[in-house]
Amino acid sequence: MAWRFEIDPAGKDSPWWVTAAAVVLAFLLVGLFIALTGKDVVAVYLKMFGGAFGTSFGLTETLVKAIPLLFCGLGVSLAYRIQVWNIGAEGQFIVGAIAATAITIYFPHLPAWGALPLMLVAGAAAGALWGYFTAWPKVQFQVNELMISLMLNYVAILLLNDLVFGPWRDPHGMNFPGTPPFTPAQMLPSFGGTRLHFGLVLALFAVALAGVFVQKTRWGYELRLIGANPEAARHAGINLRRHIVVVMLLSGGLAGLGGFSEVSGVTHRLMYGISPGYGYTAIIVAWIARLNPWGIVVSSVLFGGLIVGGYSVQTLGLPSSVSALLQGAVLFFLIAGSIMGKVKLRRSGEGRRWNFFRNS
Amino acid sequence: MADALSVELKALTKQFGSILANDHVDLAVQAGSIHALLGENGAGKSTVMCLLAGVYRPTSGEIFLHGSPAAISSPRDAVRRGVGMVFQNFRLVPTLTAAENIILGETHPLWRTRAWMSRKSEEIRTLAAQLGLPFEPHRPLWQLSVGEQQRVEIVKTLYRGADIILLDEPTSVLTPGEADQLFETLRTLKAQGKTIILTTHKLKEVMAVCDRISVMRKGKTQATLEASATDEREVARLMVGQDRQAPRPRSNRACGPLQLRLDQLTVEADHGRRALDSVSLDVYEGEIVGIAGVAGNGQRELAEVLAGLRSWQGGRVSFRDEVWRTASVRQSIRAGIGHIPENRMRHGLAGSLGSVDNLLFKAYRNADRSRFGFLRTVGNRLWSQKLVEQFDVRTAHLDAPVHQMSGGNQQKLLFAREIHHQPHLMIAVHPTQGLDVSAADGVHNLLISLRDENRSVLLISEDLDELLLLSDRIYVLFAGQVMGEVSHDKADREALGLMMAGVSTKETV
Repeated sequence: MAWRFEIDPAGKDSPWWVTAAAVVLAFLLVGLFIALTGKDVVAVYLKMFGGAFGTSFGLTETLVKAIPLLFCGLGVSLAYRIQVWNIGAEGQFIVGAIAATAITIYFPHLPAWGALPLMLVAGAAAGALWGYFTAWPKVQFQVNELMISLMLNYVAILLLNDLVFGPWRDPHGMNFPGTPPFTPAQMLPSFGGTRLHFGLVLALFAVALAGVFVQKTRWGYELRLIGANPEAARHAGINLRRHIVVVMLLSGGLAGLGGFSEVSGVTHRLMYGISPGYGYTAIIVAWIARLNPWGIVVSSVLFGGLIVGGYSVQTLGLPSSVSALLQGAVLFFLIAGSIMGKVKLRRSGEGRRWNFFRNS
Repeated sequence: MADALSVELKALTKQFGSILANDHVDLAVQAGSIHALLGENGAGKSTVMCLLAGVYRPTSGEIFLHGSPAAISSPRDAVRRGVGMVFQNFRLVPTLTAAENIILGETHPLWRTRAWMSRKSEEIRTLAAQLGLPFEPHRPLWQLSVGEQQRVEIVKTLYRGADIILLDEPTSVLTPGEADQLFETLRTLKAQGKTIILTTHKLKEVMAVCDRISVMRKGKTQATLEASATDEREVARLMVGQDRQAPRPRSNRACGPLQLRLDQLTVEADHGRRALDSVSLDVYEGEIVGIAGVAGNGQRELAEVLAGLRSWQGGRVSFRDEVWRTASVRQSIRAGIGHIPENRMRHGLAGSLGSVDNLLFKAYRNADRSRFGFLRTVGNRLWSQKLVEQFDVRTAHLDAPVHQMSGGNQQKLLFAREIHHQPHLMIAVHPTQGLDVSAADGVHNLLISLRDENRSVLLISEDLDELLLLSDRIYVLFAGQVMGEVSHDKADREALGLMMAGVSTKETV
């Protein structure tokens, strides 16, 4: 007699409280590390929370950070719905930022009503193109999308670096690796003197649209079927390849929009390190929300808060990477929790063996 | 002793949950002989093999190897005792070379020099040549043909010192020419004193190559026969059993017009094997047509062609006076073909979704269910509720994931969905597999009521009782070909059994 794990792929999804528990456990685990540094854990967490949500400045900063997470998280969540593991939101975000900036470089004198829509479309189109680069090899040659989408991130980053260190560098920027600043006509309007910008409205609009589409439409139903059982979806006459391409175009396009909103709303120029890893954090954001569009609003605000809170604990002598530590821990517990429902510990007389061969 | 036993099983029993795969199996295999385990799918042949190879451990009963008791604890242990198994699906690594595959699992030496590898390759080449099993040890495995891959598997067992070789359905993946070569090899091995046990459902090859035949049915050994002292007829009768159920009375109506005609349909599967080879069959309105045959003889491909999932290489498919040009699922749905797939949880239902989403599978494109691309959420719920009640699907609530339902209820849900479309032709593949008696009865009644409503049913099943009970006519598929067609009043278990095992009745009757 021996104990063994058994994987049941049809196992129940873990209940909602597992997500909450994962967040709590992550804070406890990171708290342990903070305690090891000799700091007061409660004080640090209070400081973090206060920094992120306690003041109006903190709150707007948190929302500013949440916007790119919202775009990218929404984008990857669409792909994850049909089990396409797009981890290339980082690259799609960056090429979106590059394309939007290209408009400011090549058409510098356009009025706001011409410049902003053009930048928006360029950003979305570039992100979509980047998504297509992942989708096409996948449907044509069954290339693993994880590989391509990840590697395309580096292509995008190198492209960005080449531009901001080379041809697009601001000649009056004192060697700073960035483009010249945008003109007001190229900037998204911001709300009352804060850094919070119109991108938030765009992002919420995208969320609402995605929410309606995935819940209410035939297209959303097809995505649901593919996500639940691609083989059965084929039996229902659903064209998987077409869906993969369309979803990757949208997924990349949304991340690209995020890139546009970041350069046009926050940094007001394209610069080196435009994304501190929004595209990667977005993966966690999407999973925490269980791919639910409105849930992504909540989780991206939470993670925006983590980033901002991370800055504020620096005054206590802790590095801001505390927030990175927290992000990692959340993902860790989240994955553990999602597997929990599918694994059973069984006692049996089969010995230590997996039943790989049970087929006749 | 002339007939020393190399393998002996005494009351060997293996239970999986509530299913008895092997029920007190007794078997005696003489050293240096070729012994066949014959039976339909699910008769428990492969389980016996896996028990011998150490993949499973018996629930009760004993195994004797060369006269002494052997508690085989693992595949490694089986290899140590000289038992080697060639699985139906090869256990080989496609990217490694043949030689690397054979030495896989060898632990010494730690550092493998080029010289050591070439010495091993030479060793393997010599071993293979001695047995008349030539293949190129340096070629990556994926470049080898299926027949060659099987040779690699056989040489692997010999290289590890096996003197008892188990082959599970060895000819199922081979072309006829490759199969003949395999039999030649088996005879060579026998001449060298090896003991060979193979499972199969093909009578002809059994009679051609084996010394003894043990027939299995429903987990039990029925009999062990000397191949020289029996004939195909006797073996077939043992294989399919004799209990005959009273056929259900059927309405004596003449059948309606032609619905489906397949004309010389040919479908190629992987490796150029023909899954369907010039299959011609007709289905008329208001009849249940059974397709008998052991699984893997082309039934799946036949169902997939009709469901629009698989394209064909030759022949014509016409349905209700319309000739199909290409395979398309939507075309098949529009034409009015319902499909109860073989594996309901894999192909038919989305387990994590609720009843509503699963019922919408094929209906969601219709105007009643969606408008301007938007699903009619409220209407669809009411519609689902009605269907669930009408077909008596027991579920906690409409949104409960369907994988929580029992198999019988899942099948009812599937039937609800397919019948709702008022199909002209219903393709039901193993529709009662895994269901209990009352659920199976329910499925039978659904099929009969479809027929009574003047719709056609193509019933693909391995269960002869079921086929004889329901079908107006039965076609038998073997190796992708139609072995024969029998009408209900002339159906005869024995003749069907022979055809299912690949013996044309024209030769024997």
